[in-house]
Amino acid sequence: MTATDAAGSVRPPVPPSVAFVRAGESAPQPAPSSVAGPWAWIRTNLFTGPLNTALTILLVLLAFWTVPPIIRFLFIDAVWSGADRASCIYTAERTAVGACWAFVRDRAAFFTYGFYPIAERWRVDVFFVLLAIGVVWLLNLRAPRRDLAAIYAFAVLPIISFIFLSGFPALGLPTVPTNLWGGIMVSIVVSAVGIVISLPLGILLALGRRSTMPAAKLVSVIFIEFVRGVPLITVLFMASVMLPLFVPDYLQPDKLLRALIGIALFASAYMAEVVRAGLQALPKGQYEGAMSLGLSWGQMMRLIILPQALKITIPNIVNTYIGLFKDTTLVVIVGIFDFLKAIEAARIDPQWAAPTVSATGYAYAAVFYFICCYAMSAYARSVEARLAVADKR
Amino acid sequence: MTATAETRRDEPPKVSPWNDPRVRSVLFQALLVAAVVFMIYEAITNASENLQRQRIATGLGFWDNVAGFGISQSMIHYSEVTSTYGRVFWVGLINTLLVAIVGIVLATFLGFAVGIARLSKNILVACIARWYVELIRNLPLLLQLLFWYNAVLKALPSVRDSAALPLGSFLNNRGLFMPKPVTGPTFDLVIVTFLAGLALAIGFRMWARKRQERTGQQAPVGRVTLGLLFVPSTLTFLLLGNPLTFDAPVAGRFNISGGMVLQPEFLALLFGLVLYTAAFIAEVVRAGILAVSRGQTEAASALGLRPNQTTKLVIVPQALRVIIPPLTSQYLNLTKNSSLAVFVGYPDLANVFTGTVLNQTGQAIEVVGITMMVYLTLSLGTSMIMNWYNGRNALVER
Repeated sequence: MTATDAAGSVRPPVPPSVAFVRAGESAPQPAPSSVAGPWAWIRTNLFTGPLNTALTILLVLLAFWTVPPIIRFLFIDAVWSGADRASCIYTAERTAVGACWAFVRDRAAFFTYGFYPIAERWRVDVFFVLLAIGVVWLLNLRAPRRDLAAIYAFAVLPIISFIFLSGFPALGLPTVPTNLWGGIMVSIVVSAVGIVISLPLGILLALGRRSTMPAAKLVSVIFIEFVRGVPLITVLFMASVMLPLFVPDYLQPDKLLRALIGIALFASAYMAEVVRAGLQALPKGQYEGAMSLGLSWGQMMRLIILPQALKITIPNIVNTYIGLFKDTTLVVIVGIFDFLKAIEAARIDPQWAAPTVSATGYAYAAVFYFICCYAMSAYARSVEARLAVADKR
Repeated sequence: MTATAETRRDEPPKVSPWNDPRVRSVLFQALLVAAVVFMIYEAITNASENLQRQRIATGLGFWDNVAGFGISQSMIHYSEVTSTYGRVFWVGLINTLLVAIVGIVLATFLGFAVGIARLSKNILVACIARWYVELIRNLPLLLQLLFWYNAVLKALPSVRDSAALPLGSFLNNRGLFMPKPVTGPTFDLVIVTFLAGLALAIGFRMWARKRQERTGQQAPVGRVTLGLLFVPSTLTFLLLGNPLTFDAPVAGRFNISGGMVLQPEFLALLFGLVLYTAAFIAEVVRAGILAVSRGQTEAASALGLRPNQTTKLVIVPQALRVIIPPLTSQYLNLTKNSSLAVFVGYPDLANVFTGTVLNQTGQAIEVVGITMMVYLTLSLGTSMIMNWYNGRNALVER
């Protein structure tokens, strides 16, 4: 388009004497229904071509076949209150029994605390609150003094939590042995310990793997590749049955501690690879710039490299934590009474032996894990989006 | 004066040994090695002491002892009375490999389908695929396995009220009963014909490729391959008078006889592993396809390639380059996750060997060590094969 054309678009008004020339602009017509409006949307998104039409019809039929029974099971036919199995079994008047939510309501405390003494359960609640504060403070990128948050989450919180959960008789908190711990509480303790230990250990291993010192590199590579090459179950078996053989009698770790060691070692190896990817993603100029400023290796890592590398790895670190959180369900194998084990124990308990109790218990666990993991992955995605904006600038 | 300054410039600056990087590095490594050696030494002395006190045997002597427990599924001969622990190891290993290989094949197909569906123009298809991936990836695999096993397969009707499926199969809480193919004595000839067809097809493809590179002429490779594979073998099959028959399961009052059965443990594990891994593979595939820039498609159509040629010759080869490395780690994950068989009672390596054999013999170090070596070998083997394949597909840069 040329300048004259653009100028010509503001024409002088045509003299009204010529009857067949319109004086003003006519009102724009609505777009044809084939390109705008709900029908066009449906056509372009659902019925483009025979294959998509067939797929749409098939999926709609499938939805009609599967969704109503699921909704009936979960809500319409569900039993919401009751004291024992009698409320959830088939009777003459109740021929359709859906999800037995009465079972979950009755056992909710057991699912959360396991066998933790009822009088001491407030301590677990305090732990949950302290943990929530740490998580929000550390993860909210706009929160003030996030350096203090890191100290709180990685040093203060573990000590306070240990005092509260395990007990400290001098402070009037009676000792609760770890074999009474159970349910959601143990799942969270195990994953939190895995998270708190795996990040520093993973950073160390990643630095070791990228080090120029052959011995440090060899030790790191062997550890990382070995742990990543075997299933978590075998690592847990190792921590549970081999570890007691390797330490002297007076150092025998208790069952929970063994599982924690296994989980922490396993998570560290995976974290090391995530951190290593972040270190490799930094341009060489950052290293060279730091060295040319005369920084020592420690200063270079602490002030230049790690802050940048960890920032770009946050999404992957969170994804590793999601994996770790899901993997903590495997500690059942070494006799830890975690959330899933609590559900397994409750669903085969004769007090609640009813046909739909198993499915209800699993549905409850699914909701819990889905909310936790989905929240974490949504957080990872939001950080990723934020970093992408920062990179574009 | 100047002379001394010049000589000083040639010498390296004097630093105290404590600040010399080389001295520090040697010192640090010496400390590290000493710590590792000390730990290993402590572990060995403690272990020998503990084992002696608990009167646990050491060494692989248990390998030839009779195991004396039953295994519900075995591909090789196994007897509860005479078979040894060594036999248990092989049974478990074969079962692990069986579920891993079948799982990898199925998960690849499902994962590619879901990954492509996520990019579909059909909003319904894309949406369902997306929610499948979100749901499956955010739930622990163990929860899914327990759900399939306890809430679905174990809740199926009993043998008496088996659900009849097409092709003479039955489904009940003891598993999926299917017709068993019985091969006649001449069936081997059909296989030989098929293999010969396969060899000819590969030869034809190589010849066609060479000819295209030389002259630019294309040969109908797809149709010829299909024809070579199936026409001779089908003809042989029909000429030999149908040497393949099926032994269908027959539903009795209390049991189902004949046919072959896929046990609920195997089905639950396979189902869980396939659905779980497929969700991860779908994300890998989606990322791989998105990584091929739009300009590639446009350039291909500018060159006059048809859409299916664009997909086959331009998009897929480039997407595969991005897909293969993470796909490898998903295959490895599936193999390692097959050890969750312990929780549903499928007799894999981790269940019968690391579980039962360890319980019976108490030889933790040997049993756990052997199991770890097996998984390590599988992992390293798979990544070597995939690295070789990846190397063939990798971008050749200047």
